[in-house]
Amino acid sequence: MNLSDQHFTDDNIIITKVEDLFNWARLSSLWQVGFGLACCAIEMMATSASHYDFDRFGVIPRPSPRQSDVIIISGTVTLKMAIRIKRLYEQMPDPKYVISMGSCSNCGGPYWEHGYHVLNGVDRVIPVDVFVPGCPPRPEALLEGLLKLQEKIRNESFGDKNV
Amino acid sequence: MKSAEEIFNILKEKFPGSVTELVADKPVDPFIEASPLEIDKICTFLLESEEFKFDSLMNLSGVDDANGEKEKDEKGFDTIKGGTLSVWYHLESIELKHKITLKVSTERENPEVASVAEIWRSSDWHEREAFDLYGIKFLNHPDLRRILMPYDWEAGHPLRKDYKNPEFYQGMKVPD
Amino acid sequence: MALKTEEMILNMGPQHPSTHGVLRLELKLEGEIISDVIPHIGYLHRCFEKHAEAMTYPQVIPYTDRMDYLAAMYNEFGYALAVERLMGIEVPERVEYIRVIMGELQRIASHLVALGTYGADIGAFTPFLYCFRDREKILHLFEITCGARLLYNYIWIGGVSHDLHPDFIRLTRDFITEFKPNIKELNDLLSYNQIFIDRTANVAPLPKETAINYGITGPNLRASGVKWDLRKDDPYSVYHKFDYEIPVGSGERGKTGDCWDRYIIRVREMEESLKIIEQAIEQIPDGDVTSAIPKRVKPPVGQIYTRVENPRGELGYFIISDGSLNPYRIKVRAPSFVNLSIMGELCKGWMVADVVAILGSIDIVLGEIDR
Repeated sequence: MNLSDQHFTDDNIIITKVEDLFNWARLSSLWQVGFGLACCAIEMMATSASHYDFDRFGVIPRPSPRQSDVIIISGTVTLKMAIRIKRLYEQMPDPKYVISMGSCSNCGGPYWEHGYHVLNGVDRVIPVDVFVPGCPPRPEALLEGLLKLQEKIRNESFGDKNV
Repeated sequence: MKSAEEIFNILKEKFPGSVTELVADKPVDPFIEASPLEIDKICTFLLESEEFKFDSLMNLSGVDDANGEKEKDEKGFDTIKGGTLSVWYHLESIELKHKITLKVSTERENPEVASVAEIWRSSDWHEREAFDLYGIKFLNHPDLRRILMPYDWEAGHPLRKDYKNPEFYQGMKVPD
Repeated sequence: MALKTEEMILNMGPQHPSTHGVLRLELKLEGEIISDVIPHIGYLHRCFEKHAEAMTYPQVIPYTDRMDYLAAMYNEFGYALAVERLMGIEVPERVEYIRVIMGELQRIASHLVALGTYGADIGAFTPFLYCFRDREKILHLFEITCGARLLYNYIWIGGVSHDLHPDFIRLTRDFITEFKPNIKELNDLLSYNQIFIDRTANVAPLPKETAINYGITGPNLRASGVKWDLRKDDPYSVYHKFDYEIPVGSGERGKTGDCWDRYIIRVREMEESLKIIEQAIEQIPDGDVTSAIPKRVKPPVGQIYTRVENPRGELGYFIISDGSLNPYRIKVRAPSFVNLSIMGELCKGWMVADVVAILGSIDIVLGEIDR
């Protein structure tokens, strides 16, 4: 139920709930932190290029975590980097969301077995909303992950996040 | 262009005690064995002499030979005592277009090799990596510290054959 | 009365829009002028060498892909070449031609990313979109051959995994016809743009002797005036059968070996790669691509060092075998690892905004630095 689908009856007036209005505003302009770790970052860059175009969903890259809503962890998370990812996550203002892209950040990926420096999944340090599988996931898969995140935001209520 | 035998003969004349043998029977590259504490003098000669002019170090890598005694330590894990660690050098000359491989071996308990970082600046980071992953100390290196692992990693040198992982690092569980 | 000044340390941290990955640069500044740059790496250390000791020889190939993820075909090529030379396997000629075509297409794709992101770092966002548009066409060619866009597992020891698709040659010819005018478009948009030249020409020239002593290879070395390319000077596969030039920097818009030279060498290399691909698709013979793939890969006891010309420089594989199914030691000599060590020397005396231009012109990939 999209807000812009509603019929405009009386002189451009819409009646809706405050929750739906806030959720609609949040999901339509998710600004992401420009953060790419490894090979999945190249597919993320290809998704924001003109062939697959992230911008039509309202997603633009911002250089600083203080100005963004969503962080896409794309690539292998090592122990050295995990401490810094935690710090970046804490620097983002609420409400914030996390997409874990690729099998390295979902569960350690191909390096799970003998990797003495690889963290088996980024959900061991920060809470994750959507997992996108693949190695690397196709740009269409990342767009599907974004749509699932939008679905999740649409069904949020005020009690879920401290806003 | 010089072949490996010619290079070996000239080096053996100039450095009789330090250059030991030429191993050319196994595939594929022949290599020259030399002593670990004199390797910087040999390499200075190889860079500056007119007939060789080895102006570029292609690669420097540490290897764990794992040729010591295998025994169990107090916690029941396999460790290796004795034996050697070696360092391999691959040199080439861009002007004269020839290549050579050198190998030095040093003991496992207290490995020490003379550093060639002042001769070829490309070996600076390669030696730091060999120190980080194998524990080989390079004497007279300008800045020998860890490069790939975190600076406060205390659990040893990961690429050795008898390396064991710690349980936790700064609160995160380390996979084994 | 003199002012008291102090040196300031500024951190270009692991998360930065222009550092091409997770690299931390510690800048020591006197005002705006740099006195030293110390790179800190290791944020993407994925223990490739430890994994290689636990896998069999064919199982290592997907791991080599993921090191330099922008030029994955070339990583596999170098590894397969090293193991084949150690075992003494001869591959059919059709396989050699397919490997060269894939390698040169991969070189064009990798240079497009390098040039597009270099423009984006300097501030020009449009060439990024144009380069990625052309790159999508190359990735489509890879996808119809082996099914993957970025990390392929295509070049195996002794051959390749699938033969070329029946439409591949026709689509490659179409791509070459479409791409030649696009290089001219990129030149008009970015290369000869006066603002770009002011930002990059005469910035950080690299003298020849310093470059050779630091072990710099690839387009960075050729931009400093040294005509050294492994495809001509230490030939491998069938590169000796093609007719192509090696572009060398000559200080057209500034000094020899400055950032503009390193940039324009990559544009000219793309044109030469198109020539190689055109000749290869004319000359390619027929044959069976999987006939020389051995059932079990068990090299004899020994060691070998092989190198190939990656889009970034000399990629070397040092493999020690102890006669079993698993490699005893694989060391990868990554070109970006050696190229990055010159940052401290090259940035002295320039300003903070020039650090971004210099780092982009060296063209690093963190996956192969940290392995």
